[in-house]
Formats: sequence, C-alpha cells, structure tokens
Amino acid sequence: MTQVSPPATAQLQATDITVQLGRRQVLRQVNFSATAGRVTAIVGPNGSGKTTLLRAMTGEVVHSGQVYLNGADTARLTPWELAAVRAVQPQSCTISFPFTVLEIVRLGLSAGLSAADSHVPLQALAAVGLHGFAGRMYQDLSGGEQQRVQLARVITQVWEPMVDGTPHWLILDEPVASLDIGHQFTVMDLTRSYAARGGGVVAVMHDLNLTAMFADHVVLMEAGKVAATGTPQEVLTDETLTRTYNCPVPVNTTPPGKIPFLLPQARRESTTVST
Amino acid sequence: MSTLSTVIDPDALTDLGAVPDRRHRARRLTLALLLLLALTCILSLTTGASQASLWRALAHLYGGQDLATMDRIVLLDIRLPRLCMGILVGAALAVSGAVMQGLFRNPLADPGIVGVSAGAGLAAICAIVLGAFLPLSLQQILGSALVPVAAFLGGWGSTLLLYRVSTQGGQTSVATMLLAGIALGALAGAVSGVLVYYSDDNQLRDLTFWGMGSLAGATWTKVLVALPIIGLALAAAPFLARGLNGMALGEAAAGHIGIPVQRVKNSAILAVAGATGAAVAVSGGIGFIGIVVPHLLRLATGPDHHSLLPNAALLGAALLLAADMIARVVVAPAELPIGIITAILGAPVFLWILLRRRGELSI
Repeated sequence: MTQVSPPATAQLQATDITVQLGRRQVLRQVNFSATAGRVTAIVGPNGSGKTTLLRAMTGEVVHSGQVYLNGADTARLTPWELAAVRAVQPQSCTISFPFTVLEIVRLGLSAGLSAADSHVPLQALAAVGLHGFAGRMYQDLSGGEQQRVQLARVITQVWEPMVDGTPHWLILDEPVASLDIGHQFTVMDLTRSYAARGGGVVAVMHDLNLTAMFADHVVLMEAGKVAATGTPQEVLTDETLTRTYNCPVPVNTTPPGKIPFLLPQARRESTTVST
Repeated sequence: MSTLSTVIDPDALTDLGAVPDRRHRARRLTLALLLLLALTCILSLTTGASQASLWRALAHLYGGQDLATMDRIVLLDIRLPRLCMGILVGAALAVSGAVMQGLFRNPLADPGIVGVSAGAGLAAICAIVLGAFLPLSLQQILGSALVPVAAFLGGWGSTLLLYRVSTQGGQTSVATMLLAGIALGALAGAVSGVLVYYSDDNQLRDLTFWGMGSLAGATWTKVLVALPIIGLALAAAPFLARGLNGMALGEAAAGHIGIPVQRVKNSAILAVAGATGAAVAVSGGIGFIGIVVPHLLRLATGPDHHSLLPNAALLGAALLLAADMIARVVVAPAELPIGIITAILGAPVFLWILLRRRGELSI
C-alpha cells in the first residue's frame, strides 16, 4: 500500500477501493490484483464484501479508488472499449422477454443479435455443456442451466483469451453457485483452460474445495478487508479459515500433499465426541 | 479456430443451419406486413360513408379526365389525410409501446397504460385551453405545432417521472410502474376536469375528442405537424435496437456488453415521448395498440428489437387503419371513436398477458 508501482499491463489491479452503502462501509481501502494467465478466486464469509469488490471493479457500484485493467484506468474507458477486453457474468439474470438460448448467447457477440453468423455462440454453448439447447426458450430452463447460458454469453464476448498479446478477462460472480457437481467441474475446467491460454479469470467463489482445486491465487475477504492473499496452500489453512469463518474448519491435503481440502464432516465428529 | 478445444467435444458442434433462427422468419414477416399494410391502405381509401369511389377516380385519372369534385374532396381532402394520419399514429403507438417495453424490461409497459398518453393529453389540453394566455410571439412561432409540442413535453415529463419512480438500482418494479401509471392517469384526469370548466364551447368540443381518440379530425395540417416528430422517433428506433436487446439482460449487464446504457435510456425516453406525444396531439387517446402489436410480434418472431421495431411500425399502422375502417362502417353514416375499437380488441390481450405473468406482480 505504501509503494506506488505503475499499473502492470497484464493485470487487473484495484487500489484503495472504499465502498460506502448508506452509513455502512462495505469495503475499506481494499487493494486487489489479479494476473492474466491465472485463476484468481475471491472467497470469504457472507457479507464480507466479495461481490461488492467485484461490482466496484466492474463499475457497478460507486466507489473511491482506482481500477486498472491491462494498465488502463477503467474509469476512462468507454463501455464498448471495456466490453472488448472484459466480460462480466452476473450472479443471476432474469429476462422478461421470450429470448431463445442462442439469442441470449449471441448478445455477447460485439454486434449483438445482428452479428454475422458465427459458430462461436454454439461452441460456447457446447463448452458449458449445453449442446443442443440453442433453440430452447431461456425462460423455460432451470436456474443452473440459465447460469450456464449466461456463462456461454460471457465467454462468447471474449472468446479469444489473448489478442495481440493483450489478455482478455472473465469476471465471474459465483459461476458455479447453482450447478451440480459435474457441471461445476465443466465450468471450472473452462476457466482453467481460459487462463492457461493467457486470459485472466477472476471469480467470486463460495465453495472452498473447488477453490482449492482450481484457483491459482486466492483473496480471502473478511469484514470489508482483505484478510489473506496467496496460493490456496497459503490461504486455505486451518488457522486462517477458522478465524475468518468463525467456526472450526479442519483442512487436510490430498495424498501427494498438494491440494488442500476441507472436511466439514470432521466438525460433526468432534462435536459428537465432546457431548 | 477453437480456443477452448480442450474442453469441447468436436462432435458436439452442430451445423449452424440446423439451429432454428427466427431472424429469417422475421424478415419474411416484414414482407407479409408490407403487403398487409398496402391492402389496408387500398381498403381504407375505398370504404366510407360517401359514394366516392377510388376506382372511378383512378379510371378518370388514367383516362386523362379531371376528377369529379366529390371524388376529389372525399379522396384527397378527407380519406387520404386520414389514411396518412392512421399510418403515422398506428406506427407511432406500436413502436413507442415496443420501445417502452424494452426500456422497462416489461411487456406490460405501454404509453397508454402507464400514463404517458395521459400526461401528453393533459399537456395538450392545457395548450388548448390556456394557449391563449401565452405571449403572442410564442403563439405565432408555434402556430399549429403548439398542441403537439405541448403533448411531446407532457409525454416526456411523465415518462421521466415514471422511470424515476419505478426503477431503482437498474431494476424496474412492475407493480410500482403500473400503480404510478394509475396515479398519473388520475392526476391528468382531475386536472383535465378542472380545465373543462374554464373552456368555451369550441374548446370543449376539442376536449371531448381527447377522451375517445379518433382519426376523424384528420387534416393535412395535422399530418404535416405530426410527420416530422413521429418520423424522427421512428427513424431513431433502429439505432435503439441493440441497446434495448442488451437491456433485456439488466442495466449492469447491458453496460458490460458495451452498451452506453444512459444514452440508450435517454434516447428511448425521447423517442417514446415524441411518438406518443405527437400521436396523442393529433388523434387523442387511442389505447392498446402499443401493447397488442409488440406482443403478437414477439409471439411470432421473438423479442429481437432489430425486427420487432420495424415490424411493429408496419403492423401498428395496418391494425389502426383496420380499426378505423371498422369504426367508420359499423354505425355508418355516423362513426364510433376508434379508441373504443382498439380497447375492445386490446383489453383482453392485456388481461391475457397479466394472467400469464401473475407471479411477477406479487407486491
């Protein structure tokens, strides 16, 4: 916070973000950075400011502080300049008109529905496990399916993870929140693949196990501040999580000693023993 | 070409042709609607209380003869301006309905139902009754445009007010919108009632005409006053199409796909106010065109505004001409106010939409 470095060109950087909602300070001087080519997860208990941080960085809530994307101050970019390098998936999206799935996904193409015929929307649908859904009505789908349609729209918008050395960004608000375990893996694999090809991925995550499996970098929020940042191994520890989430969270690691995992069942065990 | 080939099964990619695409259907519908409009135009010119005949007139013209006086007056000075005004007003009402529904992200938003027409009508009544109190110079400058300009301003004001009241944080509350519309309508009705007491006989006749809505007062002057305002609003509509499509995702998401949300909102409100205001100024309160037409088109070819807006203009014009013909024929030689016909056709459709979307209205 003391040193002021010039914004890096392949990063999403937020400095000194403060958000005031009514009388409550939801975020207090938060600094955040994510590097392209990695999956960055924002985790934390309910009300810790995860989604607010994401919304501040996408310009959806009024905030103080600066946000730099690929080295450019986002406040100075027009909506279409931003849309060309960054796509944002909302937590949920209800649509009041009878659009088909394909029509929704096509909104992600830069010229919208009138765009020249492109295979990208269909490829995107296949990538989120919705092959064959193109002609279905969006309103008739289940919540999890709608969420994946939105993800397909979002990846359609920034289909190439990298163009002329400039990384593109996926900003996702709980992308797997209402998905079954199989589709959680589909979607998280997709984000990994996007990052592996040079794109940037920032996702608010609820599931700490999925975070441990798929994130390269974890930002742990607590009461409007960043409580810890680092690799999953560094952040997802017994001590940190137990303190932040205010309940005992035993963390173990998978046999090779690499990926941390949470075993909430262990808590049940211990309480049973103690009573 | 696939950047995500690792997670995509290549067999999963279908041929684009196999996916139903409603854009082609919408284009065919445009052609059909053009034909329909042409047909209603011809019918509209040939039907009416008088014995004047379009065919006799055409035969005369073809033979190089002068038109009979009767034919000339009925066709050129009565039916033709009425036809032009029907097309303008029908297109204006249908397109402003579609634009407003896109703006509010709700198929029930219609200038007539949510009070925009009432606001425009109130301003028009004020202009009729109180116009004489304006400075003479202003009266001269505005001339016959005074009432339409006032109606436009009234429509603009009420749309802005409505948007402020019913939209919070980019989310529109249907219930608030409809209730605010009731309040606006009641207020406009009350003020109009007061103004009626201050009006003379001539003004009273003008005022009665607002309540019902009619194309009977069509003159070339009115057509020429309404044409530029409605024309401008209709010309702006195609530029709004992408923005309105994006707005279906919500304001924030629309911004994220590159849409200048505030600009789209402002232009949409101006277009609605212009089209509704001009239509109300020349024809009074004709309801339900703005809700029936877009709804039917969405059922047929989907909600994509690129095709919805032009098709709404065509179908709105054709529907209003047809309603006007019914109004002229059922009780001939007298005629019904056209607002009665459109309400009989439109109110059940409105109720039907309400019924299907009841869940969203729970307050």
